[in-house]
Amino acid sequence: MTAMPPARGCGNAPVLKERGQREVFCGLTGIIWLHRKMQDAFFLVVGSRTCAHLLQSAAGVMIFAEPRFATAILEETDLAGLADAQDELDREVARLLSRRPDIRQLFLVGSCPSEVIKLDLGKAAERLSARHAPHVRVLNYSGSGIETTFTEGEDACLAAMVPALPKTQARELLLVGALPDVVEDQALALLDGLGIGPVRCLPARRADDIPAIGPETVFALTQPFLGETHAALIRHGARHIAAPMPFGEEGTTAWLAAIAREFGVDAERFEAVTAAPRARARKAVEAATRTLSGKRIFFFPDSQLEIPLARFLTRECGMEAVEVGQPFIHSEIAGPDLALLPEGPVISEGQDVDRQIDRAREARADLTVCGLGLANPLEAEGLTTKWAIELVFTPVHFYEQAGDLAELFARPLRRRAALKLEAAE
Amino acid sequence: MKLAVWTYEGPPHVGAMRVATGMKGLHYVLHAPQGDTYADLLFTMIERRGHRPPVTYTTFQSRDLGSDTADLFRSACEDAVARFSPEAIIVGASCTAELIQDDPGGMAEAMGLPVPVIALELPSYQRKENFGADETFYQIVRHLAVPCARSERPTCNILGPTGLGFRHRDDVTEITSLLADMGIEVNVTAPMGSRPSDIARLGAAHFNVLLYPETAEAAARWCEKELGQPFTRTVPMGVGATRDFVAEIRRLVPEATAPSEAGLRLPWYAASVDSTYLTGKRVFIFGDATHAIAAARIARDEMGFEVAGLGCYNREFARPLRQAAKEYGVVPLITDDYLELEAAIEAAQPEMILGTQMERHIGKRLGIPCAVISAPVHVQDFPARYSPVMGFEGANVIFDTWVHPLVMGLEEHLLHMFRDDFEFSDEAGASHHGTAAARPAAAERAPEPAAEPATGEVVWLDAAERELRKIPFFVRGKARRNTESFAAARGVAQISVDTLYEAKAHYAR
Repeated sequence: MTAMPPARGCGNAPVLKERGQREVFCGLTGIIWLHRKMQDAFFLVVGSRTCAHLLQSAAGVMIFAEPRFATAILEETDLAGLADAQDELDREVARLLSRRPDIRQLFLVGSCPSEVIKLDLGKAAERLSARHAPHVRVLNYSGSGIETTFTEGEDACLAAMVPALPKTQARELLLVGALPDVVEDQALALLDGLGIGPVRCLPARRADDIPAIGPETVFALTQPFLGETHAALIRHGARHIAAPMPFGEEGTTAWLAAIAREFGVDAERFEAVTAAPRARARKAVEAATRTLSGKRIFFFPDSQLEIPLARFLTRECGMEAVEVGQPFIHSEIAGPDLALLPEGPVISEGQDVDRQIDRAREARADLTVCGLGLANPLEAEGLTTKWAIELVFTPVHFYEQAGDLAELFARPLRRRAALKLEAAE
Repeated sequence: MKLAVWTYEGPPHVGAMRVATGMKGLHYVLHAPQGDTYADLLFTMIERRGHRPPVTYTTFQSRDLGSDTADLFRSACEDAVARFSPEAIIVGASCTAELIQDDPGGMAEAMGLPVPVIALELPSYQRKENFGADETFYQIVRHLAVPCARSERPTCNILGPTGLGFRHRDDVTEITSLLADMGIEVNVTAPMGSRPSDIARLGAAHFNVLLYPETAEAAARWCEKELGQPFTRTVPMGVGATRDFVAEIRRLVPEATAPSEAGLRLPWYAASVDSTYLTGKRVFIFGDATHAIAAARIARDEMGFEVAGLGCYNREFARPLRQAAKEYGVVPLITDDYLELEAAIEAAQPEMILGTQMERHIGKRLGIPCAVISAPVHVQDFPARYSPVMGFEGANVIFDTWVHPLVMGLEEHLLHMFRDDFEFSDEAGASHHGTAAARPAAAERAPEPAAEPATGEVVWLDAAERELRKIPFFVRGKARRNTESFAAARGVAQISVDTLYEAKAHYAR
C-alpha cells in the first residue's frame, strides 16, 4: 500500500542554492486563506500602506465582503516614539473588538516595518490578551517579507498557536495545515473509515475546537510548508508521522498508509476503505494525463508545494520535470516526496529571478509554473504558464480533487492548442 | 496608527513604478524587502502587460539586515545597468528600506554608473501613490530636460499618462488625434511611451497639455518656469470641457483650427426623448479629484442629472474639489476612509453612484447602480476595446457607460405597465443579470432594520405592504424609505395604502 520509490529518486540530488532578487509574496498573503478557515479569528497587520495595498491586491474582490483582516497603518508619529505606538495599538484593537464582538482570536501580524522598528508585538499580545480575556485571545506572529515567504505565513501563524494549545495525555491524531472545509471533511471521513480517531485539526475552524497536545499526540502534515510548526509540535512532545503529501491518488494513498501503519490498521480494511476512491481518482487523473503525458514542466519557487506537485505530475501524469524550484526545502518534510521524484530535474532552493528566467527561456518547457508577476510576460514570449497561487486557494488535496489538480495543469496546455487566430487560408 | 481594510492609493513607490513602467529605456532600482515585488502583478495582471515592469528590487531579508543591505543595493544597481542597459535609472527606497536608512540615492550617485542616476525621496509614511508618480516624473524631467529650440511648426507635449492609469492609453490616442485635427503635432507624450532621451527634448514643444494633474502637475510647472512653456488648465473630459480645452489651445496657438465634431453623439443622445427619464437623477460622485470634478460638470450640464454628492480621496486636490462642490451646492467629501464615504452615500440616497471600484461595491451593497469613472480600478476597466473618457469619443463612451447601469426609460416604463405579469415578478429576477434572483430580497431587507431606528414605531399595514410589493424591486427600497421618513416626519405610526401614495405624491418631481 506504499508507493514504490523509483530506481533513483531525488533524495540525494544536489540542490542548486541561489541568492538574489526574489519574485515572491511575503507571509502576509497567508492571511487571505487563513481567515476564511478560522471563522472567529481576526488578523490585524501592523505595517505600512504597502502592506495594506498588498493584502488588497492579493485579496482581489474578496476585500469587500467584510473580511476579517485589516492593517493598522503606521504613520509618521508612530515612528517618532515607540511607547506611543503601543498605546495607539491598544486603542485600535479596542475599537476593532467593540465593532466586531464575534471575534474570539485576534492575531497581531508583524510586517517588515514593524519588525525593523522592533515594535514588540509579543508584549502587546500578552497585554491585550490579559485585557480582553476570557472572551478574546490575542496571539502574534510575523508575516514580514524579511522573515517569511508566502505560505510560510501560515507556518508562522500555526507555530505561534502551538505553545498556547491545552495539554492532554490522550492518544490523538492531529492533522496540521489549513485545508478547504470540503477537503478536510473528506480526510476526516477516510480516517474515520479506517477506524482512526479521535482526529483533531490545526487550525480548527473555531476557537472552541482548538486541539490539545501531549506526549501521546501524533501529527501528520497536510501541507509541506509547515517547518516551524513541525518543530514547535515536536518541542511540545508530539510525534511526526512522515509521509508524502496527499496529492494525487498515489500521494493520498501513501499519506493514509503512513497513518494507518501508525495506528495498526490491517491491510484488508485499508484496501476496503481506499479501493473505490483510489479507482475514482485514477480515472479522473487519466483524463488530464492525455494532455500532460510526455510534457516538460518548469517550476519557479513560490509555495513549497513544488516538490510534491512535481512528484504527482511526473509519476501520475507522465510529465517530465526540468527544474523544481522551492523558496525553501525543509529536508525532513520534503524527504518522502523527494525520494519518490524520479531523478533528472534540477532541484533549486532560493532564487535569483533574472538568472532563473534565463534558465526557463533556455529550457522552453511545455509548461512553466510561476507567479502572477511573471506569467503574462512569459506567455508573451511564447511559453505556456500555470500561475502558482491558484494551487494554494483551490481544493487540490486527497482523492476526490486529484482529477481537478491534474486539470489545473492540463487546461493552459489545452487552451494554447485551442486558440487559432491565423487566417484559415 | 490608522485602521484600514483597503486603500484608494498604494504607497508612493508604486507611483514611481507607474512612471517607470510607462516609460521605455528607464530602469528603477528599488531598495525593498522580499515580498514588495507583489506590485509587479498590478501591471502584469490588471493592466495585462506582456513585459515585467522595469524594476529591480533588492529583496533583502532578515539575515541581510545590517551593513549587508547597502552592498545588496549596490550590486542590484550594477546588475540592473549591465543586464538592461537603460538610458537612465531612478533609485529609491520602499517604506521598510526608508527605515533602515541606507540612502539609495547617495549610494547610487557615488557609484559612477555610466548612465544618469535620478534619486527619489518618497516619504512613505506621509504621502501616497499619486504623489509618488508626480514627484518621480518631476525629478526625471528636472534631471533630463534641457532648453532647446522650439519646433518650426506648433507642437505640444502631452504630460501625465502613466502605467496603470484609468483609460490613459485611449485618452492619449483621442487627444493626439484631436490635436492633429487642430493642426498641432505632439512632440513627446510622457511618461507613457517616452524614453529618457525623449524627455531631454521636451523643450522643443510650444506648450504642454497637462492631461492628468495628479501625475504631472509638478513637471508642468517646472517646464513653465524653466522652459517657458505654458500648460493647459482644462482637462478635456466631457463635451463642454473639451470645447473649453480647444478654446484654450486656440488662445495659445492662434493658427490652430477648430476640430471636427462629426463623431460627437453625446449631445443628441442626451437630447433624444428616451433620455428624458434621466432628468434630475441624483448622482453621487467620488474618485480622484480631476475625474470627479469633470464628471460633476458632465452629470449636471450634459446629462441633466442632479449632483447629490461630490468627493475625492486625494487630499492634494482638496482645494479645487471644494470649489467645485460649492458650485453644485453640495458638501465636499475629502476622505480616504470608505466607511465615512459609505455613510455619506447612504445619507444622500442617490439613484446612481459614479465612483471607483470601491464605490461599485458600496453600490452593490446598497442596491444602487454604479459606473466607474476613476482609478483605482480592476482588470475589467482596462478593456480591450477603444474606450477613452476624454475628447469627443470619450464623451460618447461616458454617455453609454453611465446610462447602462440605469434602467432605461423605455424599460422602466414597460416594467411599470406590466408589473403584475409573471415575467416581472420577484422570482423571475431583474433581467439578464445572472445573480439577480437573489437580489430583490437582499436589497429590500437591507434598509428594514436600519430604517429610522430613532423615530421607531412605524408599522406597515398589510394592504400597504402588499401594495409596496407591486412596485418593481429596484425602486421598492427607495419607496419604502421615502414612505417611512414621510410617515415619521408627520408622526404617522401606521402606514396605509394612502400613506404610501401620499408619500409618492410628496416626493414626486
